Amino acid sequence: MTALLSARRLRIEGRLQPTDLDLVSGEMVALIGPNGGGKTSLLRAIAGVEEAKGSAEIDGVVLAGAGPGRGGMIGLMSASRDIGWPIPVRDVVTMGVARPDAAAIARLLVAFELDRLTERPVSSLSTGERSRVLMARALAANPRLLLLDEPLSNLDPYWVLRFIAAMRGHAAGGAAVLCALHDLAQLNRFDRALLIADGRLVVDMTPALLVRSALFEESFRIAADGRGGWRVKPSAGPRSSP
Amino acid sequence: MNRAALILLLLLLLAAAAAHLLLPLGSLADARAIDPRLPGLLLTELRLPRTSLVIGYGAVLGLSGAALQAVFANPLASPDISGASSGAALGAVLGLYWLGVADPLLLAACGAAGALVMLACLFLLAGRRAEPSTLLLAGIALSLAAGAATSIALALAPSPFAFYDAFDWLMGSFVDKSLPQAVAALVPAAVASALLLRRAAALDLLALGDDVAASLGVRPRRLAGEVIAASAVAVGACVSVCGAIGFVGLVAPVLARSLVRGHPGRAMLPAALIGALLLTLADLAVRGLMLDRPLPVGVVTALFGTPLFLWLVVRMRRGVMT
Repeated sequence: MTALLSARRLRIEGRLQPTDLDLVSGEMVALIGPNGGGKTSLLRAIAGVEEAKGSAEIDGVVLAGAGPGRGGMIGLMSASRDIGWPIPVRDVVTMGVARPDAAAIARLLVAFELDRLTERPVSSLSTGERSRVLMARALAANPRLLLLDEPLSNLDPYWVLRFIAAMRGHAAGGAAVLCALHDLAQLNRFDRALLIADGRLVVDMTPALLVRSALFEESFRIAADGRGGWRVKPSAGPRSSP
Repeated sequence: MNRAALILLLLLLLAAAAAHLLLPLGSLADARAIDPRLPGLLLTELRLPRTSLVIGYGAVLGLSGAALQAVFANPLASPDISGASSGAALGAVLGLYWLGVADPLLLAACGAAGALVMLACLFLLAGRRAEPSTLLLAGIALSLAAGAATSIALALAPSPFAFYDAFDWLMGSFVDKSLPQAVAALVPAAVASALLLRRAAALDLLALGDDVAASLGVRPRRLAGEVIAASAVAVGACVSVCGAIGFVGLVAPVLARSLVRGHPGRAMLPAALIGALLLTLADLAVRGLMLDRPLPVGVVTALFGTPLFLWLVVRMRRGVMT
């Protein structure tokens, strides 16, 4: 199967070591790792921020050379939920969409229960509501690759489930989803899990295998407590930051 | 944007511009009684430079204010608050009284250089995503420093009349400007403004944050550099001819954003129209007051702008960005 995303030697000085990554269509991939390990840096590097080096291709098209059509290639929801400007919700959802599909936008607004908030300034919403707006925006151009940086933080349990269903639905439509998260309880809903620590991709396997690997315990400094939960590893010392 | 509002704004500006150019009609009639060619000369040689400078400078203040606010993600970033205007004044004073620059276009370059130094300092001091208050403090500190340096440069200038000469000009004045001066200010300003307007869509995307904007093909750091350079050129050229005028660049973008559903980049065009309208009205007021000696127009904009600025600060304290 040819890769949807093919990234080669992606790197950010001081944050991310040269990293290769392939994602295939229909795949829903979790990105986990300790704080400061490089989850956000990997997502930013794939998205093509200015300081990132290396190449990323989506369906064989180099992302850096893609013009206004980039919205249809990549949909990024960043970890920051801050939008200071008083732009109405409807406008935010369609920002960066080259040719907004009115029916699709309307469906998204309903799906994320934003249809009553369409004219509200996004700066006046709660963090959870803003998460829904930004998730809808990331999906609005129907991107081939959905990059989500901790989309589940700030969400109540209902919306955690709805967001995961939205990711699954998007992947089922032929796209790929890469989602950074901390909530290990949600890990088994993903097809594949990447563990990133000290700026390096250290493990790439199924979630079930990953949580039992030694590298997982070492990176997170936690261990299974045998009752389906986790405990701090007694041997854990302070971690050196990269 | 709301097309009706845009057209209304244009009509208001046209009316104000016509009033600015033609009033008072009495002196035109008096001139006609002396020589039928005199009213035409009066209009083109004396009044046209003033009217075009007022409109152009007002538009530059609104436009560059909106652009700086978008790039700093901060409704308080404006040519005056950022220190750009004071830096331009310092650059022009140094050029005029110390380097002996007489050519208006070279003087405009001195103003642009001064504004650019200040904006670069602000960038280094506060960073681009600073808290609004941090940016405000850094900008005020830079403005004060530039103001003090300007006073020293004038006090110690080789020409003993420098301080006296410069008073009206420093506070912002459109009195006795020639057509070449107007051209020197407005041509660079127009080029820089055109560049800024082309970045409207990118500046709108910046509202989503640098990373999301970058994922959509915007290069935030380069964009910031372009906006800072273009704003410095536009503001510097205008300040070198007409002095530093406050508050228009702060207030016009705030009003403009309410017409364009809050989009910071799209607000640039209406902000330019509103800035031009506000400054034209302020200069009409200055001329209409008929005092013994002319009042600098910067005094009027400050008088009306300060309460609005305070209102903005109070609103921001409650966490509302406009």
